[in-house]
Amino acid sequence: MKNEQIGKATSRVDGRAKVTGEAKYAAEFNVPDLTYGFVVSSAIARGKIKSIDTSKALAVNGVLQVFTHENRPGYVWGDEKYQDKDSPPGSPFRPLYQSEIQFSMQPIALVVAETFELARYGASLVEVAYKQDAFDTNFEANIEKAYVPEKYKSTPPPDPRGKPEKAFADAALQIETEYTHPSEHHNPMEMHASVAVWEKDGKLTVYDKIQGVDNSQQYIANAFGMDKEEVRVISPFVGGAFGSGLRPQYQLFLAVLAARELKRSVKVMLTRQQMFSFGHRPKTTQRLAVGAAEDGKLEAIQHDAFAETSKFEDYSENVITWPGVLYKCDNMKLSHKLVGLDVYTPLDMRAPGGTTGIFALECTMDELAYKAGVDPVEFRLKNYSEKDQNQDKPFSSKELKECYRQGAEKFGWSKRNPEPRSMKEGHNLIGWGMAHGAWEATQKEASAKAVLSPDGKLTVSSATADIGTGTYTVMTQIAADTLGLPLQDVTFLLGDTSLPKSPLEGGSWTVSSVGSAVKAACDKVREKLFKLAQQVENSPLKDAKFEEVRFTDGKISLQQDASKAVTITAALKQNGGESIEEQVDSKPADKQDNYAPYTHAATFVEVKVDEDLGTVKVTRIVSAIAGGRVINPKTARSQILGGMVWGIGVALEEEAVMDNNLGRFMNHDLDKYHVPVNADVHDMEVIFVEEKDDIVNPLGAKGLGEIGIVSVAPAIVNAIFHATGKRVRELPVTLDKLL
Amino acid sequence: MAIYKLQINGRSYEVDVEPDTPLLWVLRDNLGLVGAKYGCGIAQCGACTVHVNGNAMRSCVYPVSAASNAKITTIEGLSEDGSHPVQLAWDEVDVAQCGYCQAGQIMTATALLNKNPKPSAEEIDNAMNGNICRCGTYHRIREAVALAATKQK
Repeated sequence: MKNEQIGKATSRVDGRAKVTGEAKYAAEFNVPDLTYGFVVSSAIARGKIKSIDTSKALAVNGVLQVFTHENRPGYVWGDEKYQDKDSPPGSPFRPLYQSEIQFSMQPIALVVAETFELARYGASLVEVAYKQDAFDTNFEANIEKAYVPEKYKSTPPPDPRGKPEKAFADAALQIETEYTHPSEHHNPMEMHASVAVWEKDGKLTVYDKIQGVDNSQQYIANAFGMDKEEVRVISPFVGGAFGSGLRPQYQLFLAVLAARELKRSVKVMLTRQQMFSFGHRPKTTQRLAVGAAEDGKLEAIQHDAFAETSKFEDYSENVITWPGVLYKCDNMKLSHKLVGLDVYTPLDMRAPGGTTGIFALECTMDELAYKAGVDPVEFRLKNYSEKDQNQDKPFSSKELKECYRQGAEKFGWSKRNPEPRSMKEGHNLIGWGMAHGAWEATQKEASAKAVLSPDGKLTVSSATADIGTGTYTVMTQIAADTLGLPLQDVTFLLGDTSLPKSPLEGGSWTVSSVGSAVKAACDKVREKLFKLAQQVENSPLKDAKFEEVRFTDGKISLQQDASKAVTITAALKQNGGESIEEQVDSKPADKQDNYAPYTHAATFVEVKVDEDLGTVKVTRIVSAIAGGRVINPKTARSQILGGMVWGIGVALEEEAVMDNNLGRFMNHDLDKYHVPVNADVHDMEVIFVEEKDDIVNPLGAKGLGEIGIVSVAPAIVNAIFHATGKRVRELPVTLDKLL
Repeated sequence: MAIYKLQINGRSYEVDVEPDTPLLWVLRDNLGLVGAKYGCGIAQCGACTVHVNGNAMRSCVYPVSAASNAKITTIEGLSEDGSHPVQLAWDEVDVAQCGYCQAGQIMTATALLNKNPKPSAEEIDNAMNGNICRCGTYHRIREAVALAATKQK
């Protein structure tokens, strides 16, 4: 019998807490004597606060203080003090630093009161006079002023390869497209919130909504000149984030500031409207010029991105990486320029750059496949890349062909009539479209600790996060699997700065990075346990070698003869009643440098478009995923299904609309910013193809948080073309664009 | 301010709050019952759903003054130990991802099943349509409501 925790469809270990209301999110730590802060947001997009009158708010019984730029304490305000682990190059926003307004809904005051209602009422009494300046929020009007940043946050565009201009001019088939993706907001269901608990000795315990407690701790320590030891940040559950919690947001700064000044515990929770006042997926226009031979073989790709950033930080993401990863082509030129606007700095949002870039690339390739008269799957097989040409490195593994095969078969792709408008059912035009995609499978440095107590219970920990991804569960599985313990004997702890360091929970690297650290820590415990097992009186393993034993069902036994075994608890008795404790710092192996690690996906979509009304229903999606070894098929499927739903939102619904008269996103609420709802979701199928990868990390697993979304929106848009014959190049595809 | 007597999860509570205070904030801030969530404050997302006299209601827009004399059930009162058929089905299908909206989803689903123990697929969709989940758990919500219907006594 083998260890079977890895690869087993396992229910979430925190599932019960999430169906009983026991799981506590940042704003729910109601400590005694808590006070409440309410944020006052700027009414203008750019200018200065001429005056701010807080007297009426302060006159309200129960209002404790109103913090503004005029009365905030003096700190060291250097840029470096406010940079965090996910900061783009530039000068980070510093709350209440100055009278200058840099973006609409900038926090300009915090009203703190004994109750939430009093704080909110007090906030309504704060009177502000502004000097309004001209502002730039119009993306289209500023696109020709786009610039190359001094430093990219993302991977800088690679040097051109071959002769892209000439190859394009000489190509038998040419296509030039312009695709636009709007600004989008993360809108996790949980608001950003922080509870700063004032401890007797002046230390702080902070409950924060964050995708990595270490980042909040470092930010607080830097901004407030505190020692890290004086700040403990805790975040056991995160109610969705999708990137919005990568950077500490301003409510954290304000809660800590108020707690330190008032020497009281302070909770600051944003409103849904205020959730539109910080990072978002940047509006991005992409121009592609692609040349191919008569038969559809690619000869030249030029891909230029123009993406929104703020005036104070140069945010960029990997939009133009994808042609070099997904298509074999010898002549390629890629560029990424920024359009600086008076908005808050954009922020990584689920598959940042991939969602945007793969959408434009895959729709353009669909257009080209039609031009060449080649089936879209055939077209991709013809131009299949065997290496990441941006880095000139082979893939660590790539079972994308198997994704095409299994996905197409499950979908019934072979029955497709390539002719647009060829399928109809009553009022509905039916369309079938496909696209493929990739996402990075990176491993980062991470630490983990494993403690095996004398009763055989294992506690493993790392300061990572579980934003709904399943971290608690898969780490428990990896640890249980390594030591041959039942799941219920293993506890995984996360979201606490007192635990070993972890990278931010994002980029689909948590299983790879933290999982590898967990495995390494448990491997060390294994070695110790084996030595102890050999010391047991008359141990049947006395002459065995470490390589000859296995750990299953709470026992250490000979692989060749399972009857020669020592129980783990018996071995532990040799440790003098002490626990075994191992902490490791794990990092990627050197051999990874020679390879490009990516996950891949192929997505097939059916849409029904009402010919009279222009409404689109995504009736069927099949996604086949090559994601290495799947640790937990159950949570993995959930991740991919979630990505598919996001793809529907990207394709058909989501758009933060800028009102250029006010310089503000005008649909800043859930009734006007449309996210997918139950009625949008129909048949969805997830296939995991087998993919072996000994290079990507010691687990052979790749992250699945982002690969699920990237190929869905283009597959939908391509299906809409197949249904209607209309090529919509600006997202979202709303009915007005189809009528 | 006024004193309100509330019947929540079979227990009696007394709170001194403004009459127009939404029930959600009384639950969360005054009584420490944080299972019901704030998601939008305008009855658009369903994260705050609780039962008022057996009906699924949006507690973020439900004034506390309307709730006295009513029988209120929150996620905390659905079962003692997470053993309600809907909770068990939710766990089995792995519905929850981040979990934040799930109290609202579960309260909506239980209200449906209490009235209609064997709902059709369409009836499930109609009942669940008003609850937003940003993780995109909709497919499994549908699976889990159907599964829970088979577990009902």
